Order: sequence, then C-alpha cells, then structure tokens
Amino acid sequence: MRLSRADNAAMPGVPEKTRRRRVAASSALRRMLLAGLLCGLSFGSSGAHHVFAAESLLHKQAPAFVLKDLSQKNLDLAAFRGKVVLLNFWATWCAPCQVEMPRFVQWQSQYGPRGLQIIGISMDDDPALARRLCAKLKVNYPVAMGDEKIGELYGGILGLPVTFLIDANGEIQAVFRGETDLEKIEARIKLFLPRR
Amino acid sequence: MRFGLISRSSTIIVLAMLFTAPSQSAAQFPYGAPGHESALSIPTAQLIQAEELNRLLENKSAEKPLVLQVGSHVLFAESHIKWAEYAGPGSQPAGLNLLQQRVSMLSRKTLIVLYCGCCPWNRCPNLGPAFWQLHDMGFTRVKVLYLANNFGADWVSKGYAVEQGR
Repeated sequence: MRLSRADNAAMPGVPEKTRRRRVAASSALRRMLLAGLLCGLSFGSSGAHHVFAAESLLHKQAPAFVLKDLSQKNLDLAAFRGKVVLLNFWATWCAPCQVEMPRFVQWQSQYGPRGLQIIGISMDDDPALARRLCAKLKVNYPVAMGDEKIGELYGGILGLPVTFLIDANGEIQAVFRGETDLEKIEARIKLFLPRR
Repeated sequence: MRFGLISRSSTIIVLAMLFTAPSQSAAQFPYGAPGHESALSIPTAQLIQAEELNRLLENKSAEKPLVLQVGSHVLFAESHIKWAEYAGPGSQPAGLNLLQQRVSMLSRKTLIVLYCGCCPWNRCPNLGPAFWQLHDMGFTRVKVLYLANNFGADWVSKGYAVEQGR
C-alpha cells in the first residue's frame, strides 16, 4: 500500500512498516463503515416500507371502498369520480385533526361548487363520538366510520391525521401525514380544480 | 384569629380548585391539558424508548412486561406490538374501566408497559389518564412507551415486532 504525504505527516516518527499497517487497517475500517452505512440505508428503507406504504399509492388509483356513513347510507368512493376528492382519516381523540376539520368545512363550501368533495373517515371506535363532534363542528361533507380493513387498504393508517388528495380520474396525487400546513394542502387542491 | 381566617380562606380556595379542575380539564380535552390528561404529565423516569422495549421483548431471558395499548381499538386491530393487549382508550371513562378490570387482580409489582401512538406524544389524550390510574392503584413498575410521532412512524417503520387483529 502506498502512503500519502498526509499519512506520513500524521504519523511522525512511526516506522514505515507500522505506518503501512495502520493505513491499511484504517482503509479497511472506512470500507466496512461505508458498507455498514449502505446496509443501514437499505434496511432503513425496507423497514420504512410499511409505514410509508400510503406514499406507495401515489399516482395510482385510489383503492375502492363502500362504507356506511354516519347516517347509515352507503358512501361509495366511485360515486365521486369526476370530482377532486380530499379523503381525510381522522378521529375525535386526534387533536391535529380537529384543527384541520373547520378548514375542511370552509373549503367544502368555498371549493365545492368548483368540484371539490371532502370525505371524512373516522377511525373512532364509537360512532356516537364521531357524530357528536361532526355536529359540533357543523361538518358539511360525508363522514363514514373506518375500520382496520380500510386502514390497511390505504397503506396503514397508524397515526392520524392522514389525508389523500385524489384527482378527478380517481388517482392519488398527494398524501399528507400528521400536522400539515393547511395552506400547503389548499394550494395542492387548487392545482387540480378547474380554473374559473 | 387571623390564622383562622387565612386557614378558612385557604380551605375555600383549595375546595374551589378541586371542584373547578375537572371541568377545566374536561373542557381542554382533547387538546392536551396541563394536568394528568396529557402525556407530558408522565415523569420522564417512567418512560421507555422503543428500542429498549423491543430489546426487552426479544430477549428470551428477560422479564416480560405486560404491554397494554390504551388507545384506539381500530388502530390496535390494524397493527399492534406483538404480545400486547388492548386495554381501552385512557381518555374515556369506559377505557379506564377496562384498564382497571384488566389489572385489578395483578400484583402491584407487575412490570407494565403502556403505549398508544395515536398522535404525536404531546397530543396524546390517552396515556396520561391511564398512567395515573395505574399509579393511583398502587402499581410501582409502570413504564410508558415514548413514541414521539405515532405508532407507525416510531415502531412499525423501525421493523419491530407487530401483529394484527383484535
């Protein structure tokens, strides 16, 4: 192994044979660290696969579902084809969800005539709680009770809120997880609405 | 005389605080009250990190804790920590009753780990009430799993053991 000037400068007074051994060991260690880092990255991405499965639905058709809404009528996602759908998974115990919902009510009124349809999926255990909160917030869009099946269908809803933006062709165009800047969501919605 | 007056007024203030505190906290639910309703009320010493719990569960020779999920049943059914049991949402009286029933016959020295992961830690409405209930029941070895964001991001995505079903 050739020693660089820097290697020689870093080990003054050390015999050349020892210097060569140390440099070789250090190089091997660097290679091992790099390999470890790459392995770590690949494990990380495979480990993250499950939780970010919702993101893997991006630019794909939104999974079809038919659920009962809070008034026990069928809520069929396919019935909203041709509209821009904001599909919001929420729950009464989710504080960030309750920050978003009044804005969703406002957007439904403001952008509804231009083709926006907001749909809420409550992940509550008890529909009575969802009903009560929807009444309190004067929710003006359909809300259905979700379960583990729809959670899995949409890539694992393991923390709330999660919101999908679905275009008029039924394709998922964005996924918003957790507390998200509402201006950012609104800007994305506007991109998909027909211009006035 | 003056002491008597101070003592009497102090008693009135304390009583007023006792009567008004529950209504204040109820009004603040689910936005995370500064009292026992918030996960932030749990002493740091009682927290356990995900990596540590996973190591404990994987270690065959280690004492296995009783792991109880005190959040949403729907989210539990979707995915939960392997060997964990559902014990009801801590933010609701029915949930706390379920938790009480589950642990009432256990030794107060049982190692129990509570977790939720429904929301970011500082927004979780379930862990605080569940932890303080066990504390008040006399359990001395209660740990609470610290999940900064949610169960999906801080447990499932790490590749730690999970299972599905109710």
